[in-house]
Amino acid sequence: MSAAALLKDRQAERAEPLLKVHGLSRLYGPEKGCQDVSFDLYPGEVLGIVGESGSGKSTLLSLLSGRCLPDAGGIDYRRKDGRWVDLYSASEAERRTLLRTEWGFVEQNPRDGLRMAVSAGANIGERLMAQGKRNYQELRAAGIDWLSQVEIDPLRIDDLPRTFSGGMQQRLQIARNLVSGPRLVFMDEPTGGLDVSVQARLLDLLRGLVRELDLAVVIVTHDLAVARLLADRLMVMRRSRVVESGLTDQILDDPQHPYSQLLVSSVLQS
Amino acid sequence: MNTLIEVQDLSKTFTLHQQNGVVLNVLRGLNFSVRGGECLVLHGQSGAGKSTLLRTLYGNYLPAGGSIRVLHEGQWLELVGAEPREVLTVRQQTLGYVSQFLRVIPRVATLDVVMEPALGRGWDREKAKARAEDLLTRLNIPQRLWQLAPGTFSGGEQQRVNIARGFMVDWPVMLLDEPTASLDETNRKVVLELMNEAKAAGAALIGIFHDVAAREAVADRHLDMTPVEMTTKELLQC
Repeated sequence: MSAAALLKDRQAERAEPLLKVHGLSRLYGPEKGCQDVSFDLYPGEVLGIVGESGSGKSTLLSLLSGRCLPDAGGIDYRRKDGRWVDLYSASEAERRTLLRTEWGFVEQNPRDGLRMAVSAGANIGERLMAQGKRNYQELRAAGIDWLSQVEIDPLRIDDLPRTFSGGMQQRLQIARNLVSGPRLVFMDEPTGGLDVSVQARLLDLLRGLVRELDLAVVIVTHDLAVARLLADRLMVMRRSRVVESGLTDQILDDPQHPYSQLLVSSVLQS
Repeated sequence: MNTLIEVQDLSKTFTLHQQNGVVLNVLRGLNFSVRGGECLVLHGQSGAGKSTLLRTLYGNYLPAGGSIRVLHEGQWLELVGAEPREVLTVRQQTLGYVSQFLRVIPRVATLDVVMEPALGRGWDREKAKARAEDLLTRLNIPQRLWQLAPGTFSGGEQQRVNIARGFMVDWPVMLLDEPTASLDETNRKVVLELMNEAKAAGAALIGIFHDVAAREAVADRHLDMTPVEMTTKELLQC
């Protein structure tokens, strides 16, 4: 397909939301957790969630990905086949299938998202095997292809992830998620534990992959520079509520809510 | 030529919550429209709100009230209150913005920085590369720098890379925040040529130019942005 035809195809697909979130709440205590969150997410759109620790960012991510259930509210997801699923009335098995086919989840700590006892290649192949691919040559080819896409030497395919550096482990986790061609990926502080030089490389890689694969992403981060680089739009959370949302550069350059202004003005200028 | 952008009763205020809630009224009751092939130059002292106006038109600043309508893919679209994804498609297809400053993305090569607006519109890589190389050559960026990330370039080189990026594709409406500031004579001429080419191609330009020669070379009309005295009622609100 030509680039222009591909673009047209994407535009048609992008006209309808992928995810509709309405009135989502889950409270562990007063203002602990998240409450009354509503938004639509469109294909290819990158939504950043920013805010201080304890503001409810991670709770929201767990709710969105169906890992925990809300006290109130709901989520509708439009599947690849066009059918809408009500996430919380779907069976546990159906949610798990979604999470390892059409969705991905990149954990802050790669050790939580990888299988540390099996090789890099096996980590990448796992989702494909779950989808019924059994041909060893194909799985291995996919492993080699994805290792090079995330800038890891393909010769390391048989090595265990614990022999990798933190940055490599994070890139391996990304490959493991993207191999199944997901449409929606959740990321929890993906650059959190990495040193600055490694962060820049990972961000650049993520930015390229998100565009190339036209991924919708919900990314939780406390780093506003990461948000600026990756997110199309932002939601600012404070004490379990969304206090402001809008276009990323507008929120960062002209924040309206007192808390957003405090957040933006607290960043050191480099 | 047709009107491509129309602004009515536009206002912009900043409320500084961290500084005792001080309210700054920067823009009030602005009305203007710009046609294709025309260049509107913003006139006013430093602090009159010229850059604020450009940023508000681009959606980078949130307007306090009024209307900004652009002709986007054959239809009028209201930008005040538009969804982020609508603003992003307008920025991809209709509204270009060139400032003096390049926001550098780590590790991305100059050529890729310049090509990005075209690739976003679905150009094929070869065509985009040819256009980017042509612009970088015209703006006197040495070929040996094209494959390097512009993070380490001099201020003037970064500015010219940003201009190349800004003129990479045809924009129906272009916002220009002092694109010629601090350029040498040769490069300033190139930028003026690029602006006149854009006008000839039917673009509506809105710009800030402190440099008189540049202003005279492209301006068709001026918008006076001298701050209007506030009414007593407004002063009481502050």
